Amino acid sequence: MSQLDLRGLTKRFGAVTALAGADLTVPAGTLTAVLGPSGCGKTTLLRCLAGFERLDDGEILVDGRVVAGPGKHTRPERRHVVTVPQEGALFPHLSVRDNVAFGLTRDERRSGRAEEVLELVGLAGYGDRMPHHLSGGQQQRVAVARALAPRPSVILLDEPFSALDAGLRADLRRDVRAALRADKATGILVTHDQNEALSVADQVAVMRDGRVLQSGPAVEVYRRPVDPWVAAFVGEAVFLPATGPDLRTPLGPVTADEVPDGSRDLTVMVRPEQIVLAPGPGVEATVTGHDFHGHDATVALLLADGTRVTARVPGHAVPVSAGEVVGVRVEGPCRVWRAQLDR
Amino acid sequence: MIRKRTRRPLLLTLSVVTVAVALVPVAYLTIRTAEAGWARIAQEVFTVRTARLAVRTLGLAAVVTAACAVLGVLSAFLVVRTDLPGRRLFAVLAALPLAVPTYIAAFAWRSSIDGFEGFWAAALVLTLCSYPYVFLPTAAALINADPAQEEVSRSLGRSAWRTFTGVTLRQVRPAYAAGSLLVALYVLSDFGAVSIVRTDTFTRAVFVAFDLGFDRTGALVLSTVLVVLTMLVLAGETATRRRGARYAHLGGTRRAAARLRLGRARWPAAAALTAVAGLALGVTALSLGLRMVQGVSRPGAWAEVAAAMGNSLWLSFAGAALTMALALPLGLLTAKAPGPLATLLDRLAYVSHALPGVVIGLSLVSFGVTLAYPLYQTTWLLALGYAALFLPLALAAVTGAAAQAPPVLEDVARSLGRGPLGVLRTVTLPLVLPGIGAGAALVFLTCMKELPATLLLRPTGVDTLATELWTHTTVAAYAAAAPYAALLVLLSSVPAWLLTARTGILTAETSR
Repeated sequence: MSQLDLRGLTKRFGAVTALAGADLTVPAGTLTAVLGPSGCGKTTLLRCLAGFERLDDGEILVDGRVVAGPGKHTRPERRHVVTVPQEGALFPHLSVRDNVAFGLTRDERRSGRAEEVLELVGLAGYGDRMPHHLSGGQQQRVAVARALAPRPSVILLDEPFSALDAGLRADLRRDVRAALRADKATGILVTHDQNEALSVADQVAVMRDGRVLQSGPAVEVYRRPVDPWVAAFVGEAVFLPATGPDLRTPLGPVTADEVPDGSRDLTVMVRPEQIVLAPGPGVEATVTGHDFHGHDATVALLLADGTRVTARVPGHAVPVSAGEVVGVRVEGPCRVWRAQLDR
Repeated sequence: MIRKRTRRPLLLTLSVVTVAVALVPVAYLTIRTAEAGWARIAQEVFTVRTARLAVRTLGLAAVVTAACAVLGVLSAFLVVRTDLPGRRLFAVLAALPLAVPTYIAAFAWRSSIDGFEGFWAAALVLTLCSYPYVFLPTAAALINADPAQEEVSRSLGRSAWRTFTGVTLRQVRPAYAAGSLLVALYVLSDFGAVSIVRTDTFTRAVFVAFDLGFDRTGALVLSTVLVVLTMLVLAGETATRRRGARYAHLGGTRRAAARLRLGRARWPAAAALTAVAGLALGVTALSLGLRMVQGVSRPGAWAEVAAAMGNSLWLSFAGAALTMALALPLGLLTAKAPGPLATLLDRLAYVSHALPGVVIGLSLVSFGVTLAYPLYQTTWLLALGYAALFLPLALAAVTGAAAQAPPVLEDVARSLGRGPLGVLRTVTLPLVLPGIGAGAALVFLTCMKELPATLLLRPTGVDTLATELWTHTTVAAYAAAAPYAALLVLLSSVPAWLLTARTGILTAETSR
């Protein structure tokens, strides 16, 4: 396990700039999810880390040692940075055991490391099978085991769960996370699935246009996004105009951890689950419809001043009927920026 | 994902060499024909004889292509989509004619039936030998076509027949169109069969002009006319090919289509397919079997056959080795570093494939006599001819094999700590070699049965299985020819089997 530092990574392909000065620190032994829309440079970031692409500028440090930077490019096979590609990419001509042992030295092979990591991913006893005899999920498990086996400095996971169906995906995600933890591996998981990033990673890094906009613990990024774009990308968000300093909004007064000073025009971001339907003190709103999701439901509300907002309520709180007038209020601290409502 | 375009200067240089070699026959043919001058060309081209040759050649191509299309599509539908008895057997029988070189089928018919000559004889033999070219791709397409489209058509109120013509046939159109094109190109280039049943087409005229009269200019001009006809057929096919005419299966699991119940038509359909198979295979097998007995009992027969076999093996080995050596860099270039330049080189390498063997042979003879005399009358000029003819076969094998080792596997291997050479040894080669080996075997066997280029380019006094068969047939020594024919059929059945297995007809039959 190693700490990974990325400083100002820049990579251009002709006229296209894929990375435009990306910075990120991944503490040793943790998993960071890199989250971003397609085309934001996530995959290029991974390919630069692995050494498949040369940086145009910036540097990559593994445990403080420069592996890529101006005038330096350590070859992929010398980096101890292992990839787990999207489709697993098992070597079709090798058995599961030989796949897993591919990155091991002769001595390590005899030490039983292959069996050890197979057990870690829940495939003990599958060593003699061939890759085409495994299901998609099992193939991904083998690919993860293969990457863990040589105890690399960093493991790169490139949307490894995206080809699997939802149920399988959650299981595999949890197991892979556990396997990485058990092995104290440092990992980077690239994904465009917000739920995946928030639930599985120690740290989330949000990328856009080749830059890392924000990185930090999932809770931090979700609750305190640096700007409205990040706020909307990591989850559903309601943006409301507010006036300071007592933060009056169409949903009534709200609280915040910090309020930018020197400005009266503010933007408040409220998560739908912070909007509570309750009688008592609060603002009146008219229900215009709802979407039932089982465990919860989103309710569309029309406020007295014509603002439309969405509230998330527990599944047992529905049905609410359209036209019903309810009282609403905001719970918990909100995020506040200076007003610039273009998101 | 954006990827840096990998530059591979060595591969690129070698690929240019490959294309240059492949283009030698076309280039040389063009230059030599132009040298003859317009007056001479016009004098050769605008004659009643040339017009007759053109009509007969194109007519033969049209008749055979139409017959193959009907026979191929019908048998494919019967085998894949109906409850015909003995479907798997009929699938094999419909593919097997590929194992019979046309000149051997022509020889078998002619040696069995007195006066089996002329246009319709040629059409019959060529149709019976070539309809697998339509049958195989159509059957494969029918297996892979999405039955949901047909079900939608039926549920929208179209009858079974209208669904067949309006949906099913359109789904498999790219397959039978491609197969028909192969047939048309094959008929234009066929030399052995038309010569044995004495039908004057361009190929035969070129050979006769060169072989008997040493009329090299006349032969070259006729060759050029034939090449132009071939190009016209190719251009016509491209022009009529509809854009977006691809009926891919999108997502979901594939189901097998429901089989049409033939009812009372089951046995007549089976009888019809049996009759076709009997004509296509039975006549040849019977005739060869009978003549074999007389042939091998001749004194010295075995020694002659063994000598010819040795020559065939050596020449085909040289041809396959040269072809694979030329195909490797270009195939790897198109697979690993695709780009407009790679595509252009790839297309250019296919140009000579449209040239009949007799034209390539003739062009290379002139090339050897005038420009490359040290090569003339050596194995290597013939090997060059084989390379020009069969380069596309080898290219397809190399590109297909390279696809077995996608770059992501090499990336993973690198990230696991293997250097470039280690990756080549432990990942790329183990994945790629079987495909390349199969391609080499296919080229080798195809070289063995090649006739016209071998006749024109072989070193003096070197006889192969194909040329011995030819020599004996031209003097009506049918019994002496039979052992060569039998051996050639045996050898040809290997690539035929590979091709059939690859379409998935056999496995699709067993899995149901």
